Amino acid sequence: MPTVNVVRDRLFAALGRTYTQEEFEDLCFSFGIELDDVTTDEAISRKERHEEEKANENEEIIYKIEVPANRYDLLCLEGLAQALRIFNKQDKTPTYTVANISKESMHKMQVKPETSSIRPYIVCAVLRDITFDEASYNSFIDLQDKLHQNICRRRTLVAIGTHDLDTLQGPFTYEALPPQDINFIPLKQVKKYRADELMEFYREHDLKLKKFLHIIENSPVFPVLYDSNRTVLSLPPIINGAHSAITLKTKNVFIECTATDLTKAKIVLNTMVTTFSAYCKRKFEVEPVEVIYSDGKAYVYPDLSSYNMEVPLSYITGSIGVSFRAEEVTSLLNRMQLQAEQSVSDADQCNINVSIPPSRSDVLHPCDVMEDVAIAYGYNNIPKRKLPSLKPLALNQLEDLIRVEVAMNGFTEVLTWILCSYRENFSMLNKKDDGSTAVIVGNPRSSDFEAVRTSLMPGALKIVGHNKDHPKPIKIFEVGDVVHLDESKDVGAANRRLLAALYCGTNSGFELIHSLVDRVMEVMGTPFVPVGDNTGYYIQCSDAPEFLQGRQASIIYKGKRIGIFGIVHPEVLNNFDVPDPCSFLELDIESFL
Amino acid sequence: MAEEAILGYLENHEEISDSGEFAAERGIDHAEIVNVVKSLHGFRFVDTQDIKRETWVLTEEGKKYAAEGSPEVQLFLAVPAEGSISKDELQKKLDSGIFKIGCTQAGKNKWVEMGKHISRKVQHVEDKVKDLLLRIQDGKTIDKDDINSLKARKLIVLQTWKGYSVRKGPNYAPKRKKPATDLTRENLQRGDWKELEFKEYNFSAKGPPPECGHLHPLNKVKDRLKDIFRQLNFEEMPTNRYVESSFWNFDALFQPQQHPARDSHDTFFLQVPSTTRQLPEDYVEQVKEVHESGGYGSRGYGYEWKRDEANKNLLRTHTTAISSQMLYALAQHAKVHPFSPKRYFSIDRVFRNEAVDRTHLAEFHQIEGLVCDRGLTLSHLIGILEDFFSRLGMSKLRFKPAYNPYTEPSMEIFSYHEGFGKWVEIGNSGMFRPEMLRPMGFPEDVSVIAWGLSLERPTMILYGIDNIRDLFGHKVDLTLMKRNPLCLIGIR
Repeated sequence: MPTVNVVRDRLFAALGRTYTQEEFEDLCFSFGIELDDVTTDEAISRKERHEEEKANENEEIIYKIEVPANRYDLLCLEGLAQALRIFNKQDKTPTYTVANISKESMHKMQVKPETSSIRPYIVCAVLRDITFDEASYNSFIDLQDKLHQNICRRRTLVAIGTHDLDTLQGPFTYEALPPQDINFIPLKQVKKYRADELMEFYREHDLKLKKFLHIIENSPVFPVLYDSNRTVLSLPPIINGAHSAITLKTKNVFIECTATDLTKAKIVLNTMVTTFSAYCKRKFEVEPVEVIYSDGKAYVYPDLSSYNMEVPLSYITGSIGVSFRAEEVTSLLNRMQLQAEQSVSDADQCNINVSIPPSRSDVLHPCDVMEDVAIAYGYNNIPKRKLPSLKPLALNQLEDLIRVEVAMNGFTEVLTWILCSYRENFSMLNKKDDGSTAVIVGNPRSSDFEAVRTSLMPGALKIVGHNKDHPKPIKIFEVGDVVHLDESKDVGAANRRLLAALYCGTNSGFELIHSLVDRVMEVMGTPFVPVGDNTGYYIQCSDAPEFLQGRQASIIYKGKRIGIFGIVHPEVLNNFDVPDPCSFLELDIESFL
Repeated sequence: MAEEAILGYLENHEEISDSGEFAAERGIDHAEIVNVVKSLHGFRFVDTQDIKRETWVLTEEGKKYAAEGSPEVQLFLAVPAEGSISKDELQKKLDSGIFKIGCTQAGKNKWVEMGKHISRKVQHVEDKVKDLLLRIQDGKTIDKDDINSLKARKLIVLQTWKGYSVRKGPNYAPKRKKPATDLTRENLQRGDWKELEFKEYNFSAKGPPPECGHLHPLNKVKDRLKDIFRQLNFEEMPTNRYVESSFWNFDALFQPQQHPARDSHDTFFLQVPSTTRQLPEDYVEQVKEVHESGGYGSRGYGYEWKRDEANKNLLRTHTTAISSQMLYALAQHAKVHPFSPKRYFSIDRVFRNEAVDRTHLAEFHQIEGLVCDRGLTLSHLIGILEDFFSRLGMSKLRFKPAYNPYTEPSMEIFSYHEGFGKWVEIGNSGMFRPEMLRPMGFPEDVSVIAWGLSLERPTMILYGIDNIRDLFGHKVDLTLMKRNPLCLIGIR
């Protein structure tokens, strides 16, 4: 995206008010441009020289503003200010006119056939009775530069020449001659150069112009413009002649754009004249020039006619999703420099008749008009319409992630039953039932289904008991629900999702289970913290009957006890007919949500 | 050492004519030479020819006599030169084996007079047996008759000696490189990997078992099914609620209170917590009304609906207990906001108070899908079932009319199983009855299509498991659990 540097105070003067930086950023944001940087000329040059001097308080603030790549009309302060003033409803979109002068008094540009082999097109115009000040003069030069860099594709497609018309004598000719036959004093030089020598000179001495030489240097003929006195206006796309150079005092400006792409040449010419005709005595009026080709065809430039587009209101409202009335749309479009009115066509369909000024070459299709309506309305004022989507279940998703993580730690997943015998849930775990924890089945068909588990331990131990012949160590895990009595719930009970892991081997494997605890906490992004610190997790001795005394610990996460691990009590192992030592971890994963 | 000796010798000589002699000359154990020759032969370093030699060697008994003298001589010497000795006394002087054999042999040789008293018949004897045995022990030859007599007395046996004659083989080299089994860091650092000769791998054996973790096959299938549901835009229901009231599990589904499914031999009712304390009262009234006297065009069941029955807690018998609550919430939402269509699914545990056998457990996982929208038809239900099951690899479906208290029409879903060569029932489906939906508050034109199946059934078919207890619960074989492959349904 191109960036335009403008002097802040001049911009604010043009906008008729000052803004805080934040206000100005908001304005830019809603219009679709961006305040990229705030700097000063001095700061820029200090940066170029890699110096670190202190800024002077008197330095002029420069706003670097990023503009969309298709908005050539915004490439200078004048264009920007005008667009924003119209957007702010301070101005109306101007009507640009071509001066009504007779064919005879019109300046003529004769195009010689040889130009067709190198740079076949030219368009011209005159800005009559213009008044520059230093700032507008600089802006005029800068705009040419920006256009050259952007739409002109570094002068390959279009090259702009601006001249003090009063130093020249029409009619003009656009020719293509062998370089040896072209002799003139180029801009910023004092002596005459032959075109081929000039190319060599620039190759050696001019870093900026050097980059454009390739466009013509291999051609046997170079494009060149003359006035009737054989004064060279320019050697496009390289350099203008010194003779016709414009100055602050120039009153009448002759603009020529030579091109390999006629459409872009017209856009460039229109951008130049629409922007700077504001400084002419007859504001927004441009004097035409007739371009006559060798086959006799003649064209008058610039073409400042508006392009008309019929856009159905339904297309605009349907695309944006806001049911605007036609008057709203027209007034919104007026803020975007597009003259619009409700067209009085048939009764069924309401159309908006949009008149696109010559400065808005970016508008190609009704969708561009529709976009401008949306911008003027404000993207952030458009109501949100949601497409159908699925709500995820956080707990199940977390479970799936943790399951994979634990499996990656070398544990094998098991799925055990939720129902167990009363003894398995209590006495076999060395626990006493105080009646406050477990859901008890009233009509179990067998003792296997007497209680709803409150721990995943019985299931894990039963698996080990049934797999005595399995090679050691056994490393298993399960993520599953237990149910606790819960007075606050409608049914008086609630599920909790736990992670359990068990190690069984010739030794207890306590460290391995401990490292699994750390790993789970690590993947949950939880730091290991000192005891009492509630920002992470820590481990604290515990005293649960199903574990061996002094070989067990609670896991405290953000101040809350969320799990326990340790060496399973030998009596418990015996109860479940497990002959080998086991370590076991049980962790409430719902606590992580 | 043996290998160096053999290869070194062959470098300058045509042949090792006898491995036995070769070993003896160098003082190397012949067994070691044989091992090395076999190994060298295996790598074709040498060619060999077997040599077989038979020699007589002493038996244990023979060895004993060679050392101590033959029994007959021992007996002879025990008889006094003059006079006689009583048999009993003589027996005491010799050990019993020697005495017995000595008597026989000495008698046969006519050296002594046998009888109650034994006396010498000759005054001098030679121990020929001992001499012969010693000669054999020294590797000397004796004549054939002697051999036969010693053999008859089991004092010598014939022993076969095996050895080789050895020549250079096609791969002969004066020194054998030991084949490498692996490429090591040292090989790389020293650069000697270029000279390494690797021992051939044995690819007919599998590699060692990997040390890794494993996911449970039911969960693998569940993961794929969840993905398939999401592909079809179904949202997962929060089913982490095992304890349920009879109301949500049965009554809300227009399942009458006398329905056999509500019997205690099918459903786990709870002792603690025995009843539900909270139900949406307005809705309960609507449900009571529709059960008792109908409405919305229905005649109802015409019985006295009891709140106590509805309050009874149980372990949910199907995840539809959650669906009923989700649908109720959706209907309540639609009373205030525009109705928005929903697709829900769940895969979670359900409980049946049933006898456990090869195909039934008291717990299993139910897969459930439902669509709530306007204008749904039976045709939509068949279409979504086709879409769902074809992603599970079951594209040949047909539907059988069935009965289900809360759906009408109800369809059992059958799929043609190529492997079994028959149609198998894979699930149940239907459109929820208006008597279920209307009391919730849904507008008349909103309907719900739903289907359900167990997770265990397709998993068992997929993994070739025919006893559900081998898949789920604590009696599973962990080794089998570790071997199950990826679940590729919907992928392949």
